[in-house]
Amino acid sequence: MHCGMCLPTCPTYDETKLERHSPRGRIALMRAIGDGELEVTKSFGEEMYYCLGCLACTTACPAGVDYPKLFETARAEVERQGVLDSPKRDFIRWFAVRFLFTRPRLLRLVGRALYLWQASGLQAMARRSGLTNLLPPDLRRLEPQAPVIQRRFSHQLIRPVERPADAPAVSTAPLRRVAVLTGCVQDLAFADVNRATVDVLLANGCEVHTPPVQPCCGSLHAHNGDLGSARELARRQLDLINPDDFDAIISNAGGCGSHLKTYGHLLHDDPVYAARAAAWDKKLKDIHEYLVSIHFRRPLGTPSPSSAPSTDLAPARTITYHESCHLCHGQKISAQPRAILRAIPGLELRECAESSWCCGSAGIYTITQPETAERLQHRKVGHVLATGAEIVATANPGCHLQLENGLRAACAPTVSEPASPASPPIVTHPVVLLARAYAAEAAASPRRSIHGT
Amino acid sequence: MSTAAASAAPAAFLSALSARLGAHRVLTEREDILPYGFDGTAALKQLPAAVAFPATTDDVAFCLRLAREHRRPVVTRGSGTGLSGGSLPLAGSLVLCLAKMDRILEVDAANLTLRAEAGAITQKIYEAADAAGLFYPPDPGSMKISTIGGNVAENSGGLRGLKYGVTRDYVMGLEVVLADGSVCWLGSKCVKDVAGYNLRDLFVGSEGTLGVVTQVLLKLLPKPAARQTLLATFTAMDAAAAAVSAIIAAKIIPCTLEFLDQKTLRCVEDFAKVGLPRDAAAILLIETDGHPAAVADEAEAIEKLCAAQGASSVKRAATPAEAVQLATARRSAFSALARLRPTTILEDVTVPRSELAGMIRAVEAIAQKHQLNIATFGHFGDGNLHPTILTDERDHAEMHRVEAAFADIVEETLKRGGTITGEHGVGLAKKPFLKRQLGDQSYELLRLVKRALDPEGLLNPGKIFD
Repeated sequence: MHCGMCLPTCPTYDETKLERHSPRGRIALMRAIGDGELEVTKSFGEEMYYCLGCLACTTACPAGVDYPKLFETARAEVERQGVLDSPKRDFIRWFAVRFLFTRPRLLRLVGRALYLWQASGLQAMARRSGLTNLLPPDLRRLEPQAPVIQRRFSHQLIRPVERPADAPAVSTAPLRRVAVLTGCVQDLAFADVNRATVDVLLANGCEVHTPPVQPCCGSLHAHNGDLGSARELARRQLDLINPDDFDAIISNAGGCGSHLKTYGHLLHDDPVYAARAAAWDKKLKDIHEYLVSIHFRRPLGTPSPSSAPSTDLAPARTITYHESCHLCHGQKISAQPRAILRAIPGLELRECAESSWCCGSAGIYTITQPETAERLQHRKVGHVLATGAEIVATANPGCHLQLENGLRAACAPTVSEPASPASPPIVTHPVVLLARAYAAEAAASPRRSIHGT
Repeated sequence: MSTAAASAAPAAFLSALSARLGAHRVLTEREDILPYGFDGTAALKQLPAAVAFPATTDDVAFCLRLAREHRRPVVTRGSGTGLSGGSLPLAGSLVLCLAKMDRILEVDAANLTLRAEAGAITQKIYEAADAAGLFYPPDPGSMKISTIGGNVAENSGGLRGLKYGVTRDYVMGLEVVLADGSVCWLGSKCVKDVAGYNLRDLFVGSEGTLGVVTQVLLKLLPKPAARQTLLATFTAMDAAAAAVSAIIAAKIIPCTLEFLDQKTLRCVEDFAKVGLPRDAAAILLIETDGHPAAVADEAEAIEKLCAAQGASSVKRAATPAEAVQLATARRSAFSALARLRPTTILEDVTVPRSELAGMIRAVEAIAQKHQLNIATFGHFGDGNLHPTILTDERDHAEMHRVEAAFADIVEETLKRGGTITGEHGVGLAKKPFLKRQLGDQSYELLRLVKRALDPEGLLNPGKIFD
């Protein structure tokens, strides 16, 4: 089947109108290699890395072609044959993929150092003094995009096991036992999202287990042609968390969740781990998916103006939602985050155009394909600003950073417009807003049961 | 020049192309041109020598003059969604891809016309008309990516053909580049225009064999004030066919009257998840549009007629969004069938509507005779069927049976006064059968026209006929 229905949904085809930059074209190249009509060339390798891996094509494909599998296999083959090898690329790949993102304690150490650099004022001083101009051009471009590291990481905010405060007293139903995965970037830059994830699970009667030191899920590795490391990390994850012990294993990052749900396939011929991996896939749930499946409690408060006329004096805050590719295309979770946002009192959801179009973050795409990444960022930021919303919700740390950086740049004062045009919309995760709504009702009525009325 | 030398493009040809268009608009590397070796048609592929992306009509004229000078065949292409192999390259050919000439140039609300470059996407044309309160009816299944130039070249149909006709019925004018590079405007914005031969219509459906369409002037209609979509479920294929006959006999012409058999509707449901009844033997998807009162009357009459023919249920789409969802799901039918087998050979034979029920039974018999898996869906209201053979092109034994079944379906169609293609064009897929349908003298007349306009046989040679 090569009907071309995927073409209009592919950001790189839309940018270039060239078939090789489309899913159909890429599959044709993969097939040509399979049929012996083409070698794995440098040009083929570059094409595989020009693909964002956003998986919009999988949503569009009526025939159900398994593009993610083809794409991961193709990238792994590109790496195996080494057609893109260069000393610089090899070093960066070794450092990030093999070294840093396989060692969670080391990653936190680097994060801590980055935090000190940012919080101590050294970073600001370096920028003011023009010291950053001494960096090589690639790093100079990337330096301002680096995530702002939070003061405390997940294990400093979340105890290994937390139970709802009044659970034994009020709950007649057995407690749900869930495990929360804290991620890598999420852990360093958005530990508050992890805290909020635990809070909303507690508020819905779950006993939450959060191992303090967790391995990377391996999505970075699988998406970048290192299936060996991806398998190793999956095994470590399975050693740490036994799916049989939990009702659900929760991920709150679209990119991680999409990969975490494929451990069964990744380890299908592993004699020791295959069965456990298959069980894992069934338990792995995105936080929004899980909350909706257990009929999460709607926070009490002023109903949003879209559902009923507001009697509250405080005006509703406007919000828009940007869909993480690997949440909406990778996991087909699109309605649930919106259901959560709509359930939050005092929020008015305004849909933004092309909400499921890639923002250009796409893992490490901002590093590997800066120009295309930036064009996609501009496109996204334009649509977000057009809604006039004060808040943008998104459920993936990569998107979160890409939006924050893009919005900050778009709303920064310029030479022609020295007065700042507007403060940029706040970027956050839906569960942070939900956790706040639960907290607000607890503050209003401190003794009310968390299980509602 | 010998045939052997013709397959490798000479450097002089390519450098002249690059000098004019810019190197980035001429592709010759294997990784770049491999994806242009096929269109939407199953089991056909052929690598071209080069792919060029003209930006203007003058570029196209230049390419054609240059190709003529170098005796190089030219195959014009849009998004490559064709289903008859019409835009399949020839060995050594230049593919002229018009995908980057995609501007909508004018929406003229005073004259109800729209003018666009050939590479404009059909869906965008529909949307531009819609934004002005107007309506461009032709809606081929691939409309979200097909180009208007490709629609004109293949005279594409769609779901609304029953009431609104096909692409030809909306073409008021064309800009065409001829084989010698001359540029002609055919047609005008005038509703009535009988000046000279109607050459505009000659180019509609000419599949790139007579010239290259570079601009299209389209007729638009006022947007219908109301629409209603109905979904009728049947426990037998015959009952669905009888319901279609009953609707037409009651002198009701719905906008769409689509049929899906069980295999097709299950695949569509697996993809689109719009709530189609998986246990039904067949469904009809019906849309009526027009004045609100007329729509209400028609919808009610259709409900009664379907019930009288034994429909197990007839549901109305509750909202316009649900109606759009159902139509979009239906458009995915051909692609969705690939969920069952990797290769889907799609037919588009069309019979007079009175022959529908008989034709469906004939297709079932042919499937049995050749031991093949055939799913059937189609535009029942206009007699246009899509029996789709589900197979695997790597299974050579089965592919022989597919060819035999294909020939039987055509035979059966012609016996019933039908046509070998209702909307996909002849291209390569239907080429062997054209002469049988047209008869010797009509067939010769087509060749005479081709020789007059393309004496050197460089424009998409080997398509429609040899």
